Amino acid sequence: MTGGIFSIFIVAIFIENFVLNQILGICPFVGVSNKIDSAVGMGLAVTFVMVLAGAVTWSIQEFFLVPFRLEYLQTLSFILVIAALVQFVEMVIKKTVPTLYQALGVYLPLITTNCAVLGVALLNVRKNYSLVESAVNSLGGGLGFFFALILMAGIRERLEVADTPVAMRGAPITFITAGLMAIAFYGFAGLV
Amino acid sequence: MAIISAILLMGLLGFVFGAILSYASQRFSVTVDPRIETAISLLPGANCGGCGFPGCAGLATAIVEKGVPIATCPVISAANRAKLAIALGMADTGGATPKAATVMCAGLPAEEYRKFEYTGIRDCQAAILVSNGPWLCPHRCVGLGSCEKACQFGAITMGPDSLPVIDREKCTACGKCVRACPKNIIKLTDQAKKVHVKCNSPEKGPDVRKVCKVGCIGCGLCAKVCAYDAIIIENNLARINYEKCVECGACVAKCPQKTIHLLGKPGFKGQKAVIDEPACVGCTLCFKVCKFQAVKGGTPKEKHQIIPEKCVGCGACVVKCPKKCITLKPNE
Repeated sequence: MTGGIFSIFIVAIFIENFVLNQILGICPFVGVSNKIDSAVGMGLAVTFVMVLAGAVTWSIQEFFLVPFRLEYLQTLSFILVIAALVQFVEMVIKKTVPTLYQALGVYLPLITTNCAVLGVALLNVRKNYSLVESAVNSLGGGLGFFFALILMAGIRERLEVADTPVAMRGAPITFITAGLMAIAFYGFAGLV
Repeated sequence: MAIISAILLMGLLGFVFGAILSYASQRFSVTVDPRIETAISLLPGANCGGCGFPGCAGLATAIVEKGVPIATCPVISAANRAKLAIALGMADTGGATPKAATVMCAGLPAEEYRKFEYTGIRDCQAAILVSNGPWLCPHRCVGLGSCEKACQFGAITMGPDSLPVIDREKCTACGKCVRACPKNIIKLTDQAKKVHVKCNSPEKGPDVRKVCKVGCIGCGLCAKVCAYDAIIIENNLARINYEKCVECGACVAKCPQKTIHLLGKPGFKGQKAVIDEPACVGCTLCFKVCKFQAVKGGTPKEKHQIIPEKCVGCGACVVKCPKKCITLKPNE
């Protein structure tokens, strides 16, 4: 059992990394990876939303949608959950860490439309995970996003001072970097 | 039955989350400086970015917290600027001189100046990637309306000559079109100034002539005729110093290429001062003010006359005449 949960965790972080393997949540990945500070904040916010969303959506699926045979409302109700959670997180961050709120800017409310969050909720259901497994998978997914974001931010901070060809500066070199990172993460395939 | 349970469930979920959020919004409420709210409500709200801050809210915060002058917003109306200055207890420094975008190109759409027919993406930036645009002149307006798309205020329309027409009343000088233009032919100039060199080509005269009928060839006639030293030739291109220009139109009349335009007066051929002799008292003021020795007279009480060959129609005497007996007549 514990081995199963641990493998879910590792798979979610490395092998099925949401950003680099499943290509979900690219918008904040490119948008907020300018500085490590804001990347950490964004990563933590997304992880928090993911874990809560994973648990709450699992409960909704298990206790409401399946008994009443309303599975077709999955997407709608999951998005409702995620939107409410993001709103909640936004309020908390605005109150507690105003500087982080400033740094995240428009990307904070955009977690609502971060498909990685909806993705993790839907994948939990598709894979028939239990509550604990769902939570662990969500946590792994969130941490995977967190790591990808931090790695990217670290690389981009160095790229700032690197002698990049003019035509490659900005978005192009970022996309190339992201692609190379995705290839590197393929190396984890077969780990579990 | 299924629909009722669906409605009930979604309603319940919505209610629960709404309740949690309304509680949280009170628990985690942040008091925003009400002055920022006022500033946001009085700023135009177009979020055009002309001020250099991220949107109107960004400028509002900067005005309140960092004391950035209100006039940083190029778009705000005078009434709102005054209101905001009172609300914030700041001095109304007045607006900067209102500016407007001006297209520094008047290239004719004639087929002989077209390099090839461009049928790609209707975007100037895309078009110049193909052999630097579809026109022979490398500096001509591409004419696909990237500036028109960039303008949030509906001040730019594409005219008949593949050139944008700017509504100088609607233009707020936010500078979006200036950045959108890949040929850099849109410049922000004082809104009131009407004389412009409608060319941006630094090529040598013969090269300009080959690709355009109305491009500046850098002949320097305008610089010579200008009595106010307001025109200099730089890189084969006449450039107007708007601070010195009095819009007399002498250069407009002189320009052999018709590159210099007087806005609002197409086909302007220059003008000449005419003195209404019975009313003239011979005060010699016009004689003294004329920079071209185009006024006859000079001894007091002697009625003045204009020498048409020398007059360039700058209008300096018209302003000076105490009897208001000098008028400007357009040339035939």
